[in-house]
Amino acid sequence: MALEQDQVRKIASLARLQLDENQIADYQTNLSNILDLVDQLSAVDTSGIEPMAHPLDAVQRLRADVVTEENQREHFQKIAPAVDQGHYLVPRVVE
Amino acid sequence: MEWEVVIGLEIHAQLATKSKIFSGASTAYGADANTQACAVDLGLPGVLPVFNEDALRMAVKFGLAIDAEIGLKSVFDRKNYFYPDSPKGYQTTQLHHPIVGMGHIEIELDNGETKRINVTRAHLEEDAGKSVHEGFDGMSGIDLNRAGTPLIEIVSEPEMRTAKEAAAYFKKMHSIVTYLGICDGDLSQGSMRCDCNVSLRPKGQEEFGTRTEIKNVNSFRNVERAINAEIERQMDILEDGGKILQETRLYDADKNETRAMRSKEVENDYRYFPCPDLLPVIIDQDYVDAVAATLPELPNAKRTRFESEHGLSATDAGVLAANRELADFFETAAKAASDYKLAANWVQGDVSAALNRLEISIGELSITAEQLGRILQLIKDSTLNNGGAKEVFNALIDGKGDDVDGLVDSLGLKQVSDTGTIEEIVAKVLADNPKLVEGYLATPVEKRGKAMGPFIGLTRKAAAGVNPQVVMEVLKKKLEELG
Amino acid sequence: MHNKTIAEISRDLASGEYSSTELTTDLLNRVKQLDGDINSFITVTDEQALAQAKAADERRAAGNADAWTGVPIAHKDIFCTNGVLTTCGSKMLSNFEAPYDATVVSKFNDAGAVSLGKLNMDEFAMGSSNESSFFGPVANPWDKERVPGGSSGGSAAAVAARLVPGATATDTGGSIRQPAALCGVTGLKPTYGRISRWGMIAYASSLDQAGTITRTAEDAALMMNVMAGFDPKDSTSVDREVPDYTSSLDNSIEGMTIGLPKEYFRDDLSADMQQQVRNAIAEYEKMGAKVKEISLPNTHLAIPAYYVIAPSECSANLSRMDGVRFGYRCEDPKDVEDLYCRSRGEGFGNEVKRRIMIGSYALSAGFYDAYYKKAQQVRRLIRNDFTNAFNDVDVIMGPVTPTPAFKRGEKTSDPVEMYLEDIFTIALNLAGLPGMSVPCGQVNNLPVGLQLIGNFFDEGRLLNAAHKFQQATDWHLKTPADI
Repeated sequence: MALEQDQVRKIASLARLQLDENQIADYQTNLSNILDLVDQLSAVDTSGIEPMAHPLDAVQRLRADVVTEENQREHFQKIAPAVDQGHYLVPRVVE
Repeated sequence: MEWEVVIGLEIHAQLATKSKIFSGASTAYGADANTQACAVDLGLPGVLPVFNEDALRMAVKFGLAIDAEIGLKSVFDRKNYFYPDSPKGYQTTQLHHPIVGMGHIEIELDNGETKRINVTRAHLEEDAGKSVHEGFDGMSGIDLNRAGTPLIEIVSEPEMRTAKEAAAYFKKMHSIVTYLGICDGDLSQGSMRCDCNVSLRPKGQEEFGTRTEIKNVNSFRNVERAINAEIERQMDILEDGGKILQETRLYDADKNETRAMRSKEVENDYRYFPCPDLLPVIIDQDYVDAVAATLPELPNAKRTRFESEHGLSATDAGVLAANRELADFFETAAKAASDYKLAANWVQGDVSAALNRLEISIGELSITAEQLGRILQLIKDSTLNNGGAKEVFNALIDGKGDDVDGLVDSLGLKQVSDTGTIEEIVAKVLADNPKLVEGYLATPVEKRGKAMGPFIGLTRKAAAGVNPQVVMEVLKKKLEELG
Repeated sequence: MHNKTIAEISRDLASGEYSSTELTTDLLNRVKQLDGDINSFITVTDEQALAQAKAADERRAAGNADAWTGVPIAHKDIFCTNGVLTTCGSKMLSNFEAPYDATVVSKFNDAGAVSLGKLNMDEFAMGSSNESSFFGPVANPWDKERVPGGSSGGSAAAVAARLVPGATATDTGGSIRQPAALCGVTGLKPTYGRISRWGMIAYASSLDQAGTITRTAEDAALMMNVMAGFDPKDSTSVDREVPDYTSSLDNSIEGMTIGLPKEYFRDDLSADMQQQVRNAIAEYEKMGAKVKEISLPNTHLAIPAYYVIAPSECSANLSRMDGVRFGYRCEDPKDVEDLYCRSRGEGFGNEVKRRIMIGSYALSAGFYDAYYKKAQQVRRLIRNDFTNAFNDVDVIMGPVTPTPAFKRGEKTSDPVEMYLEDIFTIALNLAGLPGMSVPCGQVNNLPVGLQLIGNFFDEGRLLNAAHKFQQATDWHLKTPADI
C-alpha cells in the first residue's frame, strides 16, 4: 500500500515527530514498502480466530493496596531537563 | 421552535484507595508537587504497572450498587495522546471490556416522582497529573502527584432533559459512591468531576443534535448553571439558524458562560489498543458475590425504610438518607432517644446548622450521636427544656465538656418541674407585680391566654430551668383563683 | 584469563587461581585495547567494576563467596542501571542516568557479579545489524567490515571478542539469537515471562524477553540461574518454579525427537548454510536423537504480523520520550507541541521513527481491524503451528539466519531487506517460546548458528541439547583470528 506524502506528514504529526521536509520522500518509500510487506496479512482467512494479545494465556495478578513508595523527588528530578519548585517545566500550556 | 434538551454525563470519581491504581505511591491529597510520583507514575523508561486489588473491588462494588452487569473479564487499553500531565503519552483505561456494564439509578424530580437514568458503563482508568500555569515565569509547571490515582468513569445514557435532572443525577451518584465508601466525594479537591454532554433537538425529532462537551465541572451547582448557560448559548445559535460545532468547552463560573477550549485538539485519534503490560483481569461469580455481601444499605433503600419504619416524611427521609454519615448519626441518636421525629428535627435543624457554620463534616463534629441521643432523652423526660437542651448542645459543640448529664448539672439547666416549688415562685411573682395582675384581671376572659405571657416570662426569669408546662398550669390556676 | 568461560572463572576464583580484581583489571584493559575497533561498549564502568571486584574478593576472603561472587559480566544498554548512563543506543537517552536498577541488574548485583559496563545495541532494540545505534555501529570481531547482528550486537561482539565472558541481552524478534549466530557465540532467549522485564526499556512489551549471550550453554545455564524467576513488579512475568538449569545439562539426549520445519530449509537458505545446519543435525543423530520433518505452515506470516504488532506497541511505549521528565530535550521549544515534535524528531533515529509511524498508522482510526486485530489473529495461528508441532517433537531445529554476517551498509537502504534477516527467529517471539542459537559451523570463515526451539518453559531441555552438542563439537571454542 502506497502512502501519500501528506499521509506521511499526518502520521508524523500524530506521533509528534518532526521530519525534515527533504526526508519525506524517503519515509514515503520506506513506509510504503513496509506496508506492502504487512499487507500479506490481508490474504489470510482469520474468521473465528481470537486475537492473541499475549503469548501466554495468563491472567492479571493483583497488588495489595499498600503504599510502598517513598518520596524520591530529588533523585528523580536530578535527571530532568527543567524543574522549578518541584515541578517539571514545559512551555506554557494553554487550555 | 420548541427545543428538547438532551444531556448525558461522564462522571470521574477517584477511588479511595491508599495507593495508586498501578503503583505503590500514595494517593493522599495535598502533598508537595511530585513527592508522590514514583517511577511508575512518572513513566520512566522500563517501569511496569501492577493492578491494585482494591481499585478492582471498589469498581465492582459500584457496579453492584447500580444494579449493573459486572465484567468478569475486563481489559486495560492504552489511549494515546500527548499532553504534559499525561507522562506516558497514553492513559491506561478500559475501552471494549469495562469492569462495569449497563446499570441504572433513580433520581427524584421536583414533582416528587422518580426517574430512572441508565448508566451505559463504568470503567477503571488512571487519573492524569496537573499543570500549574502561575508562578513559573511564563512556563507551566507539571505536578504528577495525581497521575495514576484510580478513577472510575461513569458514563450515563443521554437521558436527562433538564440541567436540574443532571444535577440531581450527579448528586445521586455522589451519594452512592460516598455511601459505598469508594470515593471521598470531596468536590473541592476534585475527587469527583463531571463532563456534561449537551445537545438540543427540535421537540419530536428522534435524531440527536450536535453535542458539545463541557469539561471538568466540579460542583452540583455549577453542573446546573453550566448546562443552563450552554443550553442558552446553543438555543441562541439554533434560533438564528446557525450550527453547533462539536467541541470541548469550559465553564467560567464567574461569567456564567461556557467557552471553547483553546488547546486545539489536533486530530483526536486515540489509537486505542490492549495494554501489553497488563493482562486481562478475570474474576468469577464467587468474587462478585463476596463483594455483594459487603454492600451497605443504599440511599434509596434507606429513604424508604426511614419513611416506613420511622414514620418520617418523604422530604425528611430524603434529606437524611442522602448522606451516609448523616443518616447513621441520625439513626443512632434517634435510637438512643427512642424518638425518630424529634431526632430528625434536631439533625436537620441544629446539627446541620452547626455543620454549615463550622464548615465541617459530621465526622469532625465534637458531639457524638450518642450524646445527642442523651440530650433528646432528657428533653423527653422533662429534665431539660428546649433552651436548656440547646445550651448543652452548644457546650458540646464548643468542646466545653463531653458528659451530657454533667453539663446539665454544672450549667444548672435541670428543669424544675416540682409543682410546690413553682407555686412558691409564681406566688412571689404575682405578689411583686400587682399592677400587672390588675391589668390581667381587667382583660376580657377570652383574651386572657395572651395576657398571661408576661407572667410566664417573669417566672422563668425568677428561676431558670422551670418547666414551662408546669409554670403555665400553676399560673392559670393561681390567676383563676384571683378572679 | 580472558578465554575462560563463566564456569571456569567461577572455579578459578574459588580455587584462588586469580582474584576478581586481577581478572576485572585484565578485562578492562582488554576493553581499552580492543574495543576501539569493535565499539561493543557504550559505557565502561571501570571504577564501579573494580569496587565490585574488590568487595567480591573481600567476601571471598571472609568465606562468604558463592558461584557468582566476583564473576564479570556486562549488560546490554537497555537495562536500567542506577546512576549509570542507560542509553538504549539512542540520542534520546544519551544523557539518561537511570534512577533505578532493572530487576535483572539487581539480581546480578545481589549474586555478587561484577559489571564492566553497558553494551552497544541498535537504537531501542530496533535493528538486525547494530547500525542504528546513536553511538556508532559495532564491528563483528570475525570481520570488522561486517555487522555483528542486532539488536544485541554489542553483547554478542563483546563475548566473541573475549572482552567479557557473558552478557545480558534482549530478544524481541531475534535480537539475541541472530547476533549470537553471526558472532559465533551462544544465545538464549527464554520463554516470554520467564525473566522480569522491570527496568528493561520496552520496545514491544508482549514480545520483549531478556536472555543471555555467552560462549557456552553451561554459562547460559549459570546466568539463567540468576536471572529467571517471577517478579511482583512485572505483571507479565510468570510465577513458576525456577529449576537449577545446570542440573539437566548432562542428561542423555538419546531418543529425543528433533523436528525440522520444512519451511526453514527452502531455497532462500543457501546450500552452504543448509549444509552446516544439516551437519549439526547429523551430530545429534549420532548421539541418538531422532529426526522428523514437520511443518509450520504460517511461517511466512511471522514477519508481516511482527511488523504490525511490534511497531504498534513501540509507538505507545516510546511516547514517554517527550523531553519533559528525562532524556533529550530540544533547544528553546516555542510551545509544548514544538517541544514534543522537535525533541522526538531530533532524539530518535530514522528506524525508530519509521517503526513509530508504522505503529501509529496501524492503530489509527479505521485501520485497527485490518492491521492490529488481524496481526493478533495471525499471531495465534503461528502459535498454534508450534503447539501442534510440539505434540510430536521435543525440540525444533533449524537455521538462525539466512546468511552469515553481511557487510556494513549492505542492507541499510531498504528496511524491508533488513527485516527479512529475522525470518527464522521472529515467529518464536510471537509465540512466546524459548530458543537458542548455538555455533554449528562456518561459511567463508564466518560463524553459522544452529537454532534450537523449545516448548514453553523448556529452557532446561534446550540447554541440555546445546550443552551435549558443545561437548561433541568445538565450534563454540573457535575464536576470531586477531582476538
